[in-house]
Amino acid sequence: MQLARVIGDVVMTRKDESLAGITLLIVQPLTPEGEPAGRPLVAVDAVGAGVGEEVFFVRGKEASFPFYPAEPPVDAGIVGIVDRWDLG
Amino acid sequence: MLLAKIVGTVVATRKDSRLDGSKLLVVRPMDPRGKAEGNYLVAVDTVDAGVGETVLIVSGSSARMASGLKDCPVDAAIVGIIDTVDMNE
Repeated sequence: MQLARVIGDVVMTRKDESLAGITLLIVQPLTPEGEPAGRPLVAVDAVGAGVGEEVFFVRGKEASFPFYPAEPPVDAGIVGIVDRWDLG
Repeated sequence: MLLAKIVGTVVATRKDSRLDGSKLLVVRPMDPRGKAEGNYLVAVDTVDAGVGETVLIVSGSSARMASGLKDCPVDAAIVGIIDTVDMNE
């Protein structure tokens, strides 16, 4: 999983049927210091996250698991909202 | 998933039989602000998209979960046509 900040959202009308009702957000991966790290990407939201929040997301087919038994075609998904993180 | 713009089409006569009937498009990934970035990709279209449209691309094994692509040898699929992108800046 990776830390990220939600920086936007995406709206689609014409889409794969199994994506109906699933929220799509734009996430910017972060370094542990909270700086942007790499390119932003689109992730599905499984936890009710919103723009401006810090989250962690999973990549790959596992991104569809929160929607089981549905199997939406997604490769990145937010699976947690971060309250805080501490670096030893 | 990545945002991308459709820039062309691909025609292939000899191909894996599981790709028969698939529509192949050339797409250019872009960042959420619309700037092109990264390498061009060939993606299978599952939503009847066309050249010039902005779409959502699913990569890797997840692409096979798109409608009609079960067990197909693909690693990039177009699964939606983007209406709007809103950025909080």
